[in-house]
Amino acid sequence: MLKVEEQQPVEFSSALKEKFDEIISRYPKGKQKSALLPMLHEVQAELGWLSPNAMDKVAAYLDIQSIEVYEVASFYSMYFLKPQGKYMLEVCRTGPCCLVGAEKLMNHIEKNLGVKEGEVTSDGLFSWRGVECLAACGYGPVLQIGPEYTFYENLNEQKVDELIQDLRKK
Amino acid sequence: MARKLLLEHINVPGINTFDVYRQKGGYRAVEKALKTLTPDEVVEEVKKSGLRGRGGAGFPTGMKWSFLAKPEGVARYLVCNADESEPGTFKDRYLMTHIPHALIEGMIVSSFALGANTSYIYVRGEMMPQIRILEKAIAEAKNAGFLGKNILGTGYDLELYVQPGGGAYICGEETALLESLEGKRGNPRIKPPFPAIAGLYGCPTVVNNVESIAATVPIINDGGDEYAKIGIGRSTGTKLISASGNLVRPGVYEIDLGLPVEEFIYSDEYCGGIANGKRLKATVAGGSSVPILPANLTLKLANGEPRLMSYESLSEGGFATGSMMGSGGFIAFDEDQCIVRNTWNFSRFYHHESCGQCSPCREGTGWMEKVLHRIEYGHGKMSDIDLLVDVSKKIEGNTICPLGDAAAWPVASAIRHFRDEFEWHVKEPIKCLDTNYGLANYAEPIVKAEVTTGN
Repeated sequence: MLKVEEQQPVEFSSALKEKFDEIISRYPKGKQKSALLPMLHEVQAELGWLSPNAMDKVAAYLDIQSIEVYEVASFYSMYFLKPQGKYMLEVCRTGPCCLVGAEKLMNHIEKNLGVKEGEVTSDGLFSWRGVECLAACGYGPVLQIGPEYTFYENLNEQKVDELIQDLRKK
Repeated sequence: MARKLLLEHINVPGINTFDVYRQKGGYRAVEKALKTLTPDEVVEEVKKSGLRGRGGAGFPTGMKWSFLAKPEGVARYLVCNADESEPGTFKDRYLMTHIPHALIEGMIVSSFALGANTSYIYVRGEMMPQIRILEKAIAEAKNAGFLGKNILGTGYDLELYVQPGGGAYICGEETALLESLEGKRGNPRIKPPFPAIAGLYGCPTVVNNVESIAATVPIINDGGDEYAKIGIGRSTGTKLISASGNLVRPGVYEIDLGLPVEEFIYSDEYCGGIANGKRLKATVAGGSSVPILPANLTLKLANGEPRLMSYESLSEGGFATGSMMGSGGFIAFDEDQCIVRNTWNFSRFYHHESCGQCSPCREGTGWMEKVLHRIEYGHGKMSDIDLLVDVSKKIEGNTICPLGDAAAWPVASAIRHFRDEFEWHVKEPIKCLDTNYGLANYAEPIVKAEVTTGN
């Protein structure tokens, strides 16, 4: 799982380090490991994914072992251990959304983007995948796009096509 | 019209801001609790209210609070469980999005009652927009003197922080949530010790659902006795129900506990009936983990009396003919839905979300997913059906946390009530790929929807 992809040197910006320190201040002294999940979100928002180099840097910042970061990053579904498209479309694939057409929608996205689940389009712009329940069952089908996790509800094929077109133009 | 305790002002423009929330009577509960009540008196009011945990387990909140250990010189924590991930449930997202100060106010009152000076709201990571909303609301409340040092001059200090999760259903289990909050994998802990004795950082901790915490606001404002007058029997107060699936008007509804299920599904005040003029086939009444029920048992108890939306009535008849209140995630299936496919879908969910700590759950959920997949895709054997029941029984009760039970119950109940549909998939391996089994005989009597307009 933690196969080493292209290893780029990682340098955290001073703005990011400031954010790290603010996060660490939320916990009692000596419990800085609590900052790990929020810090990984910040790193991923900046770099697009969590490279081993980036995770090692986070470990050093928190004064914990690298393995403590790897085991967390590989446990939670939101962290990407390899590069993704700039826009990762995450479509809910759980029961209630399927009752209102989520499976058809995923087939449509696959056709529109021309890549399979988990792959990246050749221009590097898009990836898509099915994810488990996003807690918006009454507004399904739904999808979200990180890193701010903007939410799109009551989707159909036309709305998704428009969304993809808008993102392309950005 | 039912009373609205939590959602009364939901449609007021700007209610997500401190100023408008305050104008509408917000933060009165904080003033009342901190200035006129002792922490023990707040706990007493919540006990009197009969409020039961709204996250799924339904354990009395006041009693949970009274278990909190209070050793001298040791910090105590309140952690709000906003890791809403149970399929079918989206009430906490709704509450946090539209009326975030209701949660902040409840957190202050509850933290005061428990003697916590630092509290955390653990929000599932995917809800980044809600995290931003809560952070803004906390900043506003702090600015107005309702958080921070010496709140309202009473000498009580409270810091409140929002913690994002990383996308793991298991972190809705309270000890997994605490592990995650400590920066670890979400593996549930063995209990005892319970969090009330050794929770966050080994300190006494209470973990409560968003809705439970928000409900302490009307309880303190109006008194526990007033709250307990609403509802039926031991199901007191109002409850947020997330309605989804094939309904005319899916969404979040605040109901008085004790509302007839039939009224909830068909009346125009609530879901407005089944979408597209179709008939109801089945429901999952409390989130994906609770047993599925065919339409007839959804609307009526085995003895023919109407079934009500209450903890007791929804579980009436045990697992033979009943289900559970759970988290209030109400999923409706119309006549065209395939029960086998849905059961497979739920099994895939639990397989994906199993933390992998206990073998029965780690392995069993995968087996169930595979066997259900082959039945759904026309490769099943008749013996597979009993195999599924067998596997589900071997998971149930044999795991550290309730995820094992939650994975087993939907499979066992689907086979209990819809066995003929599973058998049909085995007997008709080609036909089942593009045809639906439909309503068949088990679901009599099914109420014909009167509303024929879909949304």
